[in-house]
Amino acid sequence: MAKFEKAKSVHEWLDQRLAINTLQRVLSTEYWIPKDINFLWAMGLVLAVTFGLLLISGIFLLMYYKPDVATAFDSVNYTIMTEVGYGWLWRHIHGVAASVVFLIIYIHMFTGIYYGSYKKGREMIWISGMLLFVTFSAEAFSGYMLPWGQMSYWAGMVITNLFSGGSLEAYGLVEWIRGDYVPGDAFLTRFFMLHVFLLPLVIIGLIVFHFGTLRIPHVNNQEGEEIDFDEAAKLYKEGKKKESKVIPFNPVFLSKDVFVLGIYFVLFFYLVFFHFEFAMDPVNFDTADGLKTPPHIYPEWYFLWSYEILRPFSKDIGLIAFGIAQVALFFLPFIDRSPNVAPAHKRGLFKIWFWVFIVDMIILTILGKLPPQGIFNDLGLVAAIVFLLLGPALVVVTLKEKKL
Amino acid sequence: MKKNEHDRRNLMGLALGGFTALGGLGALYAVKRTWDPLPSVKAAGFTTIDLSGAEENVLNIEKWRGKPIFVLKKSKDMKPDDRDVIVGSDRFHISIGLCTHLGCIPAYISDEKKFKCACHGGEFDSSGHQTFGPPPSPLEIPPFKVNGTTLVLGEEGSEFLKMKAAGIIA
Repeated sequence: MAKFEKAKSVHEWLDQRLAINTLQRVLSTEYWIPKDINFLWAMGLVLAVTFGLLLISGIFLLMYYKPDVATAFDSVNYTIMTEVGYGWLWRHIHGVAASVVFLIIYIHMFTGIYYGSYKKGREMIWISGMLLFVTFSAEAFSGYMLPWGQMSYWAGMVITNLFSGGSLEAYGLVEWIRGDYVPGDAFLTRFFMLHVFLLPLVIIGLIVFHFGTLRIPHVNNQEGEEIDFDEAAKLYKEGKKKESKVIPFNPVFLSKDVFVLGIYFVLFFYLVFFHFEFAMDPVNFDTADGLKTPPHIYPEWYFLWSYEILRPFSKDIGLIAFGIAQVALFFLPFIDRSPNVAPAHKRGLFKIWFWVFIVDMIILTILGKLPPQGIFNDLGLVAAIVFLLLGPALVVVTLKEKKL
Repeated sequence: MKKNEHDRRNLMGLALGGFTALGGLGALYAVKRTWDPLPSVKAAGFTTIDLSGAEENVLNIEKWRGKPIFVLKKSKDMKPDDRDVIVGSDRFHISIGLCTHLGCIPAYISDEKKFKCACHGGEFDSSGHQTFGPPPSPLEIPPFKVNGTTLVLGEEGSEFLKMKAAGIIA
């Protein structure tokens, strides 16, 4: 056994046993962040805190929610909303946060794309982030099933049917996923399990992993400059804070983050208290009915772009296009052939590519919400083809890019 | 580490890994079976429908295994089709009322004598053939048996088997 001296304080006692001083130094007071950043660099903390809000509100919803097709709808819309003290608060926080978290995820992703924060050693940051995006999507979908309203049921029907693989007609697989011929009790209970246990566990693990991937390549900065972190840290520790290009995570970077977080909270709780209805689809306030399809089925806004890629094509081609759209972004660090780590406005054609990408995503999102008729079908087809062509276009654009 | 000790460790590692993998496969099978539909779900299988009161060009929706079943008595001006179920002197269109694209329930527009799906714009005629949009195949015909003027769903009767033999039902 290691030798222990008598400790003079609780802090020292803990430090002897857990090395808390070293931990604090490595993880926070000497974890270095570049100075040359802006408010977009705070989205990581905003996301972590929003996930925390989802977790806490979820715990309170869990105490009265009943995962049973006969009682689920009432346990949410009657018990939690009208009987449980402040039950409405947890539900509205949970619903608003589930929607807003995707807005922040998209901002976080587009920031990374704009500043080239996914290459030259930062590939694993991007890939672990994409894994988080996919797991968050599964978490959002499984959560959407739980109130067991009309949209829950029919979204469950349509999304699980995707697994039949078009002409492969793998209905056995679809029935296996549902545990029934149609979404029913077995379906609701297993998606409940996924939503409240397995997927949150995976998400927490992935968040830790995502933080870990930042450790060696460090956070990018506004100019994509390669910083000698050892040298910059030395300057900072010597008191030459002005000359140093870095700041410690805690307390300097964190204080910037918390300021952004404060502004975010004002907007967030404004939505929770005064505009929660945007996150509550009126169709889902009708109980699930397997014999009545709502006149127009659409996913939540954050899935609309990929839904719109599925829609304008014939069944098989639509599925293939949809599949490509789901995984294409994972390969971004390898599709981008340019060696430059720089903001898009310094990368010539890439800047145009970036804004076409953003505009196309917005157009797909808008069209996904409109009924599949007439001109919208044609526009949707064009927007979907543009999306698919953006991949090969990026290879060409980045190969031609001049080295900065 | 000496070479022969290294080999012994490798062998033990392989043996341990092999047995672990075997146990893992067994566990995976158990996991797969747990997610399977329950026997009680599979057995809740037969629905009887009385067709004697049906009216022409009016869609009735019945329920079988949780799915909607379209029952449409065809009027004389509708084109006869190999997929029709003949009961006495009447022709019926019987199908699972789920769009073959992604499983929404198409609505029947009796003026136009066709089914329209709201989800992705697919259309089917009164015989269940796809006529517009993404549906890749006609509306599916459930296993049925004609019993006088009633229809038993879930049982493969002679008419159903004939359709199957003729390649009308995949």
